[in-house]
Amino acid sequence: MVLELQKPRPIWQIMFSTHHTDVGLLYLIMSIAFLFLGGALALLIRAELFLPGSQLIADSMTFNRIFTVHGTTLIFLFLLPSASAVGNYFVPIMVRYKDMAYPKLNAIAFWMIPPGGALIWLGFADFTWYATPPYSIISAPGPAADMWIFGLKILGISSVLGAINFVVTILKCKHPDMSIGQVPLLAWSFLSSSLIVLVAIPTFAAALLMLLTDRLGVTGFFNPAMGGDPIAYAHLFWFTFHPEVYVLVIPAIGMMYEIIPRFSRRPIFSKGSGIFAFVLLSIVGFSSWAHHMYATGMTFTEKTVFMIGTLAAVPASGMHVFNFIATMWNSRIKFATPMMWAIGGIALFFSAGAGGVANAAMPLDFTTHDTYWVVGHFHLFVMGTIAFGTIGYIYYMFPYVTGRLYNETMGKVHFVLSFIGTILVFFTQHVLGLYGMPRRIFDYPAIPEWIAMNQIATVGAMIIGVSMVIFLINLIHSSAKGKPADIHDPFNLGGQYYYPFESKNPHH
Amino acid sequence: MAGHSTWPEWIYVGVIVALMFWVGAEAWNVERLVEHVPADAEVIKVTGAQWYWQFEHEDGTKEVGTLHVEAGKAYKFEIHSIDVNHSFNIHDYVVLMDAIPGRVNTVWFAPDKAGEHDIQCREYCGLIHYNMRGKLVVEEPST
Ligand code: HEM
Ligand SMILES: [Cu+2]
Ligand SMILES: [Cu+2]
Repeated sequence: MVLELQKPRPIWQIMFSTHHTDVGLLYLIMSIAFLFLGGALALLIRAELFLPGSQLIADSMTFNRIFTVHGTTLIFLFLLPSASAVGNYFVPIMVRYKDMAYPKLNAIAFWMIPPGGALIWLGFADFTWYATPPYSIISAPGPAADMWIFGLKILGISSVLGAINFVVTILKCKHPDMSIGQVPLLAWSFLSSSLIVLVAIPTFAAALLMLLTDRLGVTGFFNPAMGGDPIAYAHLFWFTFHPEVYVLVIPAIGMMYEIIPRFSRRPIFSKGSGIFAFVLLSIVGFSSWAHHMYATGMTFTEKTVFMIGTLAAVPASGMHVFNFIATMWNSRIKFATPMMWAIGGIALFFSAGAGGVANAAMPLDFTTHDTYWVVGHFHLFVMGTIAFGTIGYIYYMFPYVTGRLYNETMGKVHFVLSFIGTILVFFTQHVLGLYGMPRRIFDYPAIPEWIAMNQIATVGAMIIGVSMVIFLINLIHSSAKGKPADIHDPFNLGGQYYYPFESKNPHH
Repeated sequence: MAGHSTWPEWIYVGVIVALMFWVGAEAWNVERLVEHVPADAEVIKVTGAQWYWQFEHEDGTKEVGTLHVEAGKAYKFEIHSIDVNHSFNIHDYVVLMDAIPGRVNTVWFAPDKAGEHDIQCREYCGLIHYNMRGKLVVEEPST
């Protein structure tokens, strides 16, 4: 039956398997490994910025490489694969199919990630996660830069293959008795985010190739010295990566749609509005990319258009928040670990969105753009919302994967520390941005307010670091020694609140 | 879905939409006003380079790192770069505009009183980006 780790199999059996839960397990383990690697880099950055002057990083080149690899790792090697982990485990089960539509392709998509990740880590490029030309063409040292480009190319293809698989599994392989409206919201979230991937990624894939040939000197698409235009790259990049932020957030919202109703012991307030908001977001998400480029010298009209496009996406995000609150309203909530992460994630989602609206309002963006405000803004999403939803879901699926219970107290301590830490780091960074501190700087002048706020942020980051160690110990210890779970109702919710266990697909 | 009323959700969405209209309209209006360059603004050419700022006044005087202007006058910056992207920033006056090779971007400001302010680069530009800093010195009006 379900108990993968209770019934030990040799590791190579899992590695060479194409079964969706095995591939899901590989995704999960790898993404957690990269969470810790990328997180360690974050702690280095925060330690360095604790005081002006050089603390423990010797020079700015090393610092620049560290934040570049930090960002690249956590987006492409933690957030995306951890979503794929959940999708692999649950999408086939939710649409009642025996596996992903293309199991071999699924395994291939997974196995492209380690080489992609290796290229990024072995190269250790310095040109930030957006590799903007002309810096990335004329200044960024190779082979690191070229390895990053190839690494991202591979990861991009892997994403596209994964997305094709999700779309086909959901639309073509769902049980004939199941209408599309009956597909659970978590599966809907993968459908929406996969469709965004298919539309958005090819643009960046093209830009990467153009960047590579520019670096080789055979073309000059983005190189002003050869008549090219760096702004063209910015458009191609953000055309992919603004929608990509929805690719990251939508599955996390989907996970909250699993957790919130279960632990509120009540069906979701409105499934229809959840589906509607997913689909709306994946369309409107394409109308706002140049809100990242207000300061590049766009005309007033261009800026206005993209501001409207950005604001238009807000109601869809707001509908999810409403749906969650309405579901929890007056219900018998059980505050188990997964639920705490989900609720914390929603609270931070709301605050992050408010900051986003400020960025979108053109005159305000000239205060916030490329300061620590922006760092605070998107980390409230990527950490506070997406990682929170995902971590909550990892706790939620833990009994399903291992057949055992995690340690509830440690799970709650993990949450409380992470929540406090996240607020300390990222709320403070918003304020720091208003005081004008630019992002991506190795050292800063000894302005008292800057020092104070950097120190608060560093302390917060260390608190998150400690909480993550507790997480890791809990995962490892409980998967070997945790109490056996009642797999029909591991969280003691009473009634049919857990996902359908018997539907677990046998290995083929 | 059956079993509950949906009007609270409609009101809620309505409120968000109204808020967004309000934010958008305010932003549009303010941006329109701040982008209107006064006709008598003096032009200062700003050049970003790895890793310093260079300024050229209308009369041809050049300065590196430190920029001298007079309180009570309007200035229009014409910003470009000779190597990679930078972003010209005087945070105290909310002056921010990217310096991009192959383009000239403009932004203006009118310092109101004498004083010193930081100039910095706010777009990643490599090794010494963190210290691509300068000073703005606003002097008392000469007449
Ligand atoms: C839904 C989840 C969201 C995620 C994951 C997210 C993520 C991000 C990221 C990664 C960046 C910075 C990219 C960079 O410069 O490195 C960013 C910037 C920005 N975000 Fe969000 N965002 C989200 C929602 C929103 C919302 C709801 C709004 C507005 C209503 C918004 C408005 C902006 C704007 C205007 C910027 C540009 C800020 C600047 O660079 O000046 N974002 N976001
Ligand atoms: Cu965006
Ligand atoms: Cu710079």
